[in-house]
Amino acid sequence: MDFEDTPEEAAFRKQVRAWLEANAPKGAGAGMFSANLNEAEALKIARAWQAKKAAAGYAKITWPKEFGGMGGTGIQNVIYSQEEANYNIPGGFFDIGLGMCIPTVMAHGKPEHLERYVKPALYGEEIWCQLFSEPAAGSDLAGIRMRAEREGGEGGDWIVNGQKIWTSGAHYSDFGIVVTRSDPTVPKHKGLTFFFVDMKSPGIEVKPIKQISGGANFNEVFFTNVRIPDSQRLGKVGDGWKVSLTTLMNERLAIGGGGGALGTDQLIELARKTIMPDGQPAIRNAAVREKLADWYVQGQGLKYTRFRSLTALSKGQTPGPENSIGKAVSAQRGQDYSAFAMELMDMGGILNEAELVHYKAGFQASWLMAPAMRIAGGTDEILKNIIAERVLGMPGDIRVDKDIPYNQSPGVK
Amino acid sequence: MNFDFSDDQKLLKDQANKFLSDKSSLKVVRRILDTDETYAKEVWKGIVEMGWTGTTIPEAYGGIGLGHLELCMIAEELGRSLAPVPFSSSVYLATEALLIAGSEEQKQKYLPALAAGEMIGTLALSEGTQAATPKTMKVSFEGGKLNGTKLPVPDGDIANFAIVVVKTGSGSDEKSVSLAIVDLAGAGVTHAPLKTLDPTRNLSTVTFNGAPAELLGKQGEGWAVVQQVLDRAAVLVAFEQIGGADAALAAAKDYAMNRYAFGRPIASFQAIKHKLADMYIKNELARSNSYYGAWALSTGAPDLPAAAAGSRVAATEAFNFAAKENIQTHGGMGFTWEFDCHLFYRRAKWLSLCLGSHLSWKDRLVSELEKRNAA
Repeated sequence: MDFEDTPEEAAFRKQVRAWLEANAPKGAGAGMFSANLNEAEALKIARAWQAKKAAAGYAKITWPKEFGGMGGTGIQNVIYSQEEANYNIPGGFFDIGLGMCIPTVMAHGKPEHLERYVKPALYGEEIWCQLFSEPAAGSDLAGIRMRAEREGGEGGDWIVNGQKIWTSGAHYSDFGIVVTRSDPTVPKHKGLTFFFVDMKSPGIEVKPIKQISGGANFNEVFFTNVRIPDSQRLGKVGDGWKVSLTTLMNERLAIGGGGGALGTDQLIELARKTIMPDGQPAIRNAAVREKLADWYVQGQGLKYTRFRSLTALSKGQTPGPENSIGKAVSAQRGQDYSAFAMELMDMGGILNEAELVHYKAGFQASWLMAPAMRIAGGTDEILKNIIAERVLGMPGDIRVDKDIPYNQSPGVK
Repeated sequence: MNFDFSDDQKLLKDQANKFLSDKSSLKVVRRILDTDETYAKEVWKGIVEMGWTGTTIPEAYGGIGLGHLELCMIAEELGRSLAPVPFSSSVYLATEALLIAGSEEQKQKYLPALAAGEMIGTLALSEGTQAATPKTMKVSFEGGKLNGTKLPVPDGDIANFAIVVVKTGSGSDEKSVSLAIVDLAGAGVTHAPLKTLDPTRNLSTVTFNGAPAELLGKQGEGWAVVQQVLDRAAVLVAFEQIGGADAALAAAKDYAMNRYAFGRPIASFQAIKHKLADMYIKNELARSNSYYGAWALSTGAPDLPAAAAGSRVAATEAFNFAAKENIQTHGGMGFTWEFDCHLFYRRAKWLSLCLGSHLSWKDRLVSELEKRNAA
């Protein structure tokens, strides 16, 4: 048992370090949520960086070389991410396209699609988004309403109407993958059809959603009589659910990183330096100590669970089910300890003044973003269902609308 | 990254699992619960024959000279089976104390006998219903004689000798604490079983009345040695707790899959699914913390005190939660003597208190973090 790279991993890390040292932009600013760079500036830097990475084979390490990848291993991918994280490169623009959209096109598209779309996506020339969630369908994705009707017979264009929501990057994307309802008279999983769509198509309108944090990281996307050629259909008519599952299974293993910037280290420091009404530092307070212990142990548990997954990856195995607990634990934990840090600051804890408040009001910012972390990419509740069903093998939920026509299901008008 | 046990270590775990499921089923645990037997002698005999009692004892002292990682694997399986044997007292506490502080003569005398199962040892620390501290402890050692009462002493009615944490001066600080090793069958020693909430592990009251004993380690250095022993034992007991917690989760799942209510298995209700998912999450967090504890223990890392406390805090949380929610999942049947749920409920609490309370380990952990953060 140790934390060392194997000789092969060490050699790869050395190679990556040397390449990054020679090629990575210096002082490029922070990630996409940063206020230091505006989005257009960040995107410009990110595109240039993506092209460089792609040319060197690092853009998709695990893809085969014929698609512009490196034919590498999962652990090499993680090593690259760890090393790249040491540089301040704007990120996040290409993850959805390369992680979910393009793999779906690869699995269900025609050879000419691959020829046309894979390389521009890999080089950051074209960006893709994923049009799945709707106002009335999130956790229950198969309940989507966006309507697709075929004009004419076999091979005719599709006319699409409806609304998508929570679409990251829709406003700068060139293409999107979209799941629609092509037949509302059959049970809900059977009446879906899957397409990719040019985001510049007439009838598509993208509107940013103002969040409780004040920012706008996601969009609503409205489709009004949007015309999609049948050649952009992925999978058979009515097979949209099956295709959607391919997309969801391609969600990347989120085991590379190490969580947010503010954690228990900062919390302990804050507790050491904050004086309580009894005149003692907060860390001398028994209630404070107990909470610090709980969060520290949870944090260590998450960290070393990631290490266990990395070990599996390093041995060429698929990480075990323990990898599924990360998000279920960390989102709520972050919400709780951010709230507690604010509590330590007494009345001043409510201030959102970067100049006045510890860590540039970072705990306050993370508290305000925390509700999103518990919902986006699978709610806490859905994640616990997944653990119960896929890890522990417990039965799926009873679905009362599974076998009845979608348009007669409860809640569907 | 190689943050896992080796194939050989996992093989040892499989062998331990096979032996214990075969020879130490819950029927054996129930026999100890229902009778006056203090432990399962036939299981202990098998454990000794397989060499587990000598796992970390060097070959020069009659052991098999493996490491603490191997011992962690055995501990997890002992925990899973709830084996009613004095393993933790003899192996995690007495043996480790001797390895840390024993003189050459003491090692020669005790370690081969411990490895061969000819002797069982324990550590006598507590004196009543509060944490033992240099300030509150009363059992004294003067002129080679022990006086006073230790309780509860784990496996005190089973062990042949005890390492007793004693006062050797009039002060109330750590420097007034030493360790003495005493023959429990010798003159001036009486002991008797105490009623406990987990009768499958013996707890005893041991009274010394001028009992002859000798120092283990230097006078005035006992408290430091005890802390080292507790750190080591915390990691090992954490693996027992993880084994027990896994078994409780498996039992809860089994029952939920087969118990029908409102026309469906109760395992299909989200209230039950989420409860069991929470058990799984706590168990995995405990396992990952304890892997780190195992690494720190096996390498003698300076971070061992924090790693050990983290292992213990997480594992205590996991087993206590799994044990109580296993009963809840079983509904009324879980409260019957007939069902096995209470065996886990009892053992979870025994293990969570046996090296000091959950609260005190959290405090110990934060003290370590505080030191590190201030540095």
